[in-house]
Amino acid sequence: MYFLWFPQEPVLQKLDWNKDMENKNPDPLVDKKTTLNGTPVAEDHQEKIFIISVLTENKSGLLNGVTIVFTRRKVNIESINVSITEVEGVSRYTILVRCTREVVEKVVKQIRKLVEVLGAFVYEQEEIHYQELALYKVQTKHIMNGNKVEDLVRNNGARILVIEENYIVIEKTGHMHETHAMFEKLKPFGVLEFVRSGRIAISKSKRETTTFLKEVEEASKIKINK
Amino acid sequence: METLLAKDIEKSVKHGQKISGAEAVILSLLCEGVETVFGYPGGAIMPIYDALFQYQEELRHILVRHEQGAIHAAQGFARVSGKVGVCMATSGPGATNLITGIADAKIDSTPLVCITGQVASHLLGTDAFQETDVIGISMPVTKWNYQVTCVEEIAEVIAKAFYIAHSGRPGPVLIDITKDAQFAKAEFKYKKCENIRSYHPVPKINHDHIKQAIDLIHQAERPYMLIGQGITLSGAEKEVKAFVEKSGIPVASTLLGLSAFPPDHDLYVGYLGMHGNYGPNVLTNKCDLLIAAGMRFDDRVTGNLQTYARQAKVLHIEIDPAEIDKNVKTDVAINADAKEALALLTEKVNNRSFPDWLAEFRKCNKLETEKVINRHIYPDQGELKMGEVIHLISEKTKGEAIVVTDVGQHQMATSRYYKFRSNKSNVTSGGLGTMGFALPAAFGAKIGAPEREVIAIIGDGGFQMTLQELGSIFQYKVPVKIVVLNNNFLGMVRQWQQLFFEKRYSSTEMVNPNFTTIVSGYDIPAKKVANREEIGQAIDDMLAHQGPYFMEVMVEKEENVFPMVPSGACVTEIRLE
Repeated sequence: MYFLWFPQEPVLQKLDWNKDMENKNPDPLVDKKTTLNGTPVAEDHQEKIFIISVLTENKSGLLNGVTIVFTRRKVNIESINVSITEVEGVSRYTILVRCTREVVEKVVKQIRKLVEVLGAFVYEQEEIHYQELALYKVQTKHIMNGNKVEDLVRNNGARILVIEENYIVIEKTGHMHETHAMFEKLKPFGVLEFVRSGRIAISKSKRETTTFLKEVEEASKIKINK
Repeated sequence: METLLAKDIEKSVKHGQKISGAEAVILSLLCEGVETVFGYPGGAIMPIYDALFQYQEELRHILVRHEQGAIHAAQGFARVSGKVGVCMATSGPGATNLITGIADAKIDSTPLVCITGQVASHLLGTDAFQETDVIGISMPVTKWNYQVTCVEEIAEVIAKAFYIAHSGRPGPVLIDITKDAQFAKAEFKYKKCENIRSYHPVPKINHDHIKQAIDLIHQAERPYMLIGQGITLSGAEKEVKAFVEKSGIPVASTLLGLSAFPPDHDLYVGYLGMHGNYGPNVLTNKCDLLIAAGMRFDDRVTGNLQTYARQAKVLHIEIDPAEIDKNVKTDVAINADAKEALALLTEKVNNRSFPDWLAEFRKCNKLETEKVINRHIYPDQGELKMGEVIHLISEKTKGEAIVVTDVGQHQMATSRYYKFRSNKSNVTSGGLGTMGFALPAAFGAKIGAPEREVIAIIGDGGFQMTLQELGSIFQYKVPVKIVVLNNNFLGMVRQWQQLFFEKRYSSTEMVNPNFTTIVSGYDIPAKKVANREEIGQAIDDMLAHQGPYFMEVMVEKEENVFPMVPSGACVTEIRLE
C-alpha cells in the first residue's frame, strides 16, 4: 500500500464537486453585489464558495495578519495563494473560503483594516476567471504496461511533466472538480502523491491595478474637515 | 509648535553626526511632542534607557512596578489628554506583560505607542534569553506592529507608529526594536508621517448618505440617538449637542460615551446597556429611528440582537467601516468622523421637538428613580451602598472630576451615579473588562491632566490585581485619590452566581488584608469608613487633601446592581429588582 498524505481530506469531503459547479446558477436569495460599499446586503445564511482577492504592500508578517482574521472567526481557508502582481512591491493574495456571504463580508472588512492592505474584494465563482494546477505522482510501470494512463492524460488535457525511473509526474490545470476527477480516475493505478495549488483568479473588472492604486493613494491623503 | 520642536531637536544633532538607534528613539519621541513615558527597564531595552538618562529633563520617565501598570497608565494618560500614550518594556516577559493592556486599548480604541526591546537580530528565533515573538503575539491585538532590526528605520517607523495610533479609529501600536538596532549608529532625520498609501483613516463623506440620513430623521416620529466614545475621540461634544438641540432627538450614552454629553441636559435620557437606565434600554424597542454615533453596538448594549430595535430604522455614524452592519444592520450608514458628519447633519436637519416621546423617557425615569435609584443613593438604614458613595462623590466634586474605574459592580455604580459634567472624564476598561485597570490608569490620568481632580474607584478584587502601583504613586507623589469599595467579594461575579447559578458562591468570597496598613506602608494617608455618618466628612477630607489619598469604604456585602438586562436577553427584559 502506498501512503497517501492528504491532510485536506476532511475539508474535501465537505465539498460536493458537482454541486460546486451548480453554484454557477444565480441564487435568487443572494445579493449579487461584488464590492462592499457599506450598504446593507440581503441576509444569506447559505454556505458557498467565495474568492477573496487582497492587494497588499509587500511586507513580511502580513500573511499572519491576514490569516488571523479567519482564525478568529473559525473560518477555514480552503486554499491560499500569494503572488507578485504587475505592480512592483504589490502582492496579491487569493483566498478561497466556504462560508456565508454575511461572514465573508465581515472578514473582508476586517482584512481591509490591516494597515498594509491596499484593497480587498470578494467574488463569487462566476465573477472571476480562475484556474488551479494539480500534480499527480504515479509509478512509471503504469505507462509502461498498456496505455490506460496515457489515455487518461490525453483525454483529460493533462500532460506528463517528468518521467523518472520509478515514477512519473502528471500535471493538470483546471478547476477543482476537474483536477479532482482526474485524481479519482488515477486512483485505481495508485497515486503516490497528489497536490493541488491554491486557486488563482483574475477578475472580470475593467479597472486596472495601477488605476486602483492611484485611487487608494488619493484616499490616504484625505484629512478631517473640522 | 510641534514641528518647530522637531526642527530644534534635529538641529541639536550636528549635520552628518551619527547617533545611536537608542538615542534616535528618544529624539523621535521628543519630535512627536512626547513628554512622559511609562515603562520598566530590562536587558533588551537597556540602550534606550541609557539614552534616556541624558534626556531626563526633556522626557520624563515614570518607573512603574509592573509592565501592566505602564500600559494602563499610558491608557489613562491618553484617555484624558487626547494625546498618544507611550510605554516601554523589555523583551520577553516585559513585552508579554503589556499584552492585556494592548488588548484593552485595542477594543476601547485608545491611541498608544508601545516600544519593546528585543534580543539582537542574530539571536531572533533561537529561543535566546528573554526572547518572545512579541510581533506574533501582539498581532491580533494591535492596530499595527513592526519589528525594527536596522537603525536607519527607527525614525520613520516611530513617525508611522504615532500617525497610525492616533488617526482614524485610534488604537495601540507596538514597535519591537532589536538590541543591535539600538546600539548601531546612523544619521538622524525626523519627518512626521502624513499619509500611508495603504491606510485610510479618514473616510470620504458621501453626501448622498447625509441626504438619506436627513430624510430618515425627518420621517421619524420617535427618533432616538445613542452616542459612544467616538464623540469623545473625534472631539464632537459640541456638534452632538448642537445636533440634538436642533433636531429635538433624545440622546443616551454608552458606558464609554459618558462625559461626552451634559447629564443635566433636557434631551439627555441616560445611560445604556446591561446595567444602564430603564428608559434608554426598553425604549430602544419602541423608537422608529435609532441613530448611533461613534458606538459599535456592543453585546452589553444590545442584548439579544434578534430582538434588538427590529421595529426601527437604523442610522449609523461610524468612522470604522468594519463596524457598519457588523452587529446591527443599518438602513443608512454614514462612514465618517462623528464631528464632521454631525456638523453636516445639524446644518440640514429641521428644528423639531418630540414632547410626547420625551415624556415616555421621563416616565421610565420616574419609575426607575422610585424603584431603584432612590434606594441606592438615599438609603436610610443598613450598610453603606455603592450607589450612595458614588452619588456623594459626584455631588461633592460637582461632577467635575476625572473618575477612573476598574471592572465590576463599583464600575456600574459609578457609570450610573456619577454625573460626568466635564468631557474626557470617564476612564474605564469597557470592552475588555480588565480588572486591575483603575489604579495604574488613574495615576496615568493624573499625569495626563495634572490640573484636574482624579479619583480612582476600585473594588477590593481589582485593587489587589495591580496594587503594586501604589509604589509608583508613592515614588512620584502623584496626587490621585483612591477609593476602594470593599464588600469582601468579587461582587459582580457573586451577583451572577446569585441570579443565575443558584447562589453557589464559587470562589468569589475574599479574605482581604488590612488595606489601610498596606497603603500606609507607602506613606499615603489612608482612611477606612464603615458607616453613613462618617462618609460625607471622609470624602470632604479626601478631596481637601493635597497629595495622594486612600479611602476604603466598607459597603453592603451582598448588594446587587440593578437594573439589569441578563446576558443575551432582550433589552425589554430589563430587571429592576
